[in-house]
Amino acid sequence: MIIEKEILNRHEFDNIITRLAFQIIEKSHDLSETCIIGIKRRGAILADRIQKKILKYKNIDLKVGYLDITLYRDDLSEISDYPILSGTQIECDIQDKNIILIDDVIFTGRTVRAALDAIIDFGRPKKIILAVLVDKGHRELPIQPDFTGKYVPTSKTEVINVCMEELDDKDTVAITKNKEA
Amino acid sequence: MEYKKKDLTGTKNLSAEEILFILETAKKLKEINSREIKKVPALKGKTIATVFFEASTRTKNSFEVAAKRLSADTISVTSSYSSTLKGETLLDTVHNIRSMKTDIFIIRHPLSGAAKFVADNIDTPVINAGDGTNEHPTQALLDILTIQEHKINLKGLNVAIIGDIDHSRVAKSDIWAMNKLGMNIKIFGPSTMIPANIEPFECSLASSISDAIRDADVIMMLRIQLERQSKLLLPSLREYANFFGLNNKNLSYAKKDAIIMHPGPINRGVELNSDVADSPQSVILNQVESGVAVRMAILYLLGIQKRRNK
Repeated sequence: MIIEKEILNRHEFDNIITRLAFQIIEKSHDLSETCIIGIKRRGAILADRIQKKILKYKNIDLKVGYLDITLYRDDLSEISDYPILSGTQIECDIQDKNIILIDDVIFTGRTVRAALDAIIDFGRPKKIILAVLVDKGHRELPIQPDFTGKYVPTSKTEVINVCMEELDDKDTVAITKNKEA
Repeated sequence: MEYKKKDLTGTKNLSAEEILFILETAKKLKEINSREIKKVPALKGKTIATVFFEASTRTKNSFEVAAKRLSADTISVTSSYSSTLKGETLLDTVHNIRSMKTDIFIIRHPLSGAAKFVADNIDTPVINAGDGTNEHPTQALLDILTIQEHKINLKGLNVAIIGDIDHSRVAKSDIWAMNKLGMNIKIFGPSTMIPANIEPFECSLASSISDAIRDADVIMMLRIQLERQSKLLLPSLREYANFFGLNNKNLSYAKKDAIIMHPGPINRGVELNSDVADSPQSVILNQVESGVAVRMAILYLLGIQKRRNK
C-alpha cells in the first residue's frame, strides 16, 4: 500500500522559489555575469521560474540554459529503463561566468556530479553555486547545495515526488512511502 | 521506445519506429558537434573497430569522428595493409580483433551480405558501413535526417532517385527506409542500371529525367561508379550527362523548394552539373554533417545496450 503525504502546497512552493531567487540575488555580486542552468527535466522548469522571479524583483533578465546529464551518468550501464536523451541547450558562453545550477531534488549527489562535469566541458566558469528545491539526504558524494528550499530527512523507502504545472498540471511536493500491507 | 537489435545491418529489417528513434537520438546528440569542446563521456572505455575492405574517406572518418566525440577509442583495419593479403578469412580477421576486447565492429566489404554474416557469427554489435550492392544503412539514416531538417513532414514527400539503382547500396537502403516512412519514390536511370525486377522496391519507374523530377521535393543523384561496373554499362559519360544528369534546366521541373542530395563523392559534370551542385538548393554538405550525428546515435544506442546486457 502506498501512502502519500503532501509536504509543500502550491502557495508554499511559490514562496520557496521566491526565497531561493532572493538568496541567489544576495549571494551574487554581479548578476550581469551570471547564468542559470537547470538540470532536465524539472530542474530546467525550476530554472525558468527562478529566472522570472529575478526579472520581476530585480529587473535583470538572466540567461537560462538546460542540461541533459544522461551522457554523463556513471550508471549508464545499470539503469533499467533505456535512457532517452532530451538534449542540452546552453547558448550562453559560460567562460568566467557565475553559474547557478538548479535541480528539483538532491539525493545521492551523483546527478550534480554529472552536471558539474558537463558544465566544465562547456568552458571554465568562475564559480558554480547549487540551489535545490528539496534535499532528501542520503548523499553518496561530498556535494552540498548552497541553497536548499526544504530539507526533508527521508528513509530509504520514501520517495519525493515533485510536480510542476508545466509537466504535471499542479505545483506540489509530496512524500510517498511504500508500506508493506 | 528503444533499439533492441544487436546490430545495424540494413534498413530493410528496421521498423519505422526504430528509424525515427535513431533519428531523434541523433538530433539530441547533434548539439555536441557545435560545442567548443566536442566530447561527451558516454562511451568512455569502449573500443570501436572499423574494418574496411573498400576505399572510403567520408564514411570511415565520419564513424571515427562520431566514436571519438563519444569518448570511445578507435582502431582501424584496412584491407590493403591487413592479413587479408596473406590469406586470412574475414571471420578470422574479425575474431582476432575481437580478442583484443573490442566492443563494436563497423564493417565495409565488397560482398553483399558480408556485414550480416559477421553479425551472425560474433557476439558484439556490428554496423554495416556498406556491403557490396546491398545496403548502406547509416547513409540512408543521414539522408532522412537531412530531409527532416529541410521539410516539415516526411510523409507524402516526392523523392526522385536517379542513377545506377541496381548497383547502389545507398539507393537500396534509402528506398527501404523511405517507403516505411510513407514517402513516394520514383527511380530513374539507364536501363542497364535499373534492377530487372523493381516490384520488391515498391517504387515507380520514370520514363525520362523530367518525368522523374516533376513535382519532386527531394532529388537524390547517385554517383556513377567509374571505378566499378559503370564503364561497361554506359556508352559514354557525355551521353549519361545529357540524358541522366541534373542541370539547371531540368531542375525547373521540380518543386521550387526542392533539395538536391548526393551521397558523394560527386563526379562534377557527369551526374551533377556544378551550377546545381553549388546552388543554395544543394544540401550535400549538410548530409555530411548529419552523418556524424547519425553515427553518434547508432554507436551510442549499441554501445550502452552492450553494457546493459553484460
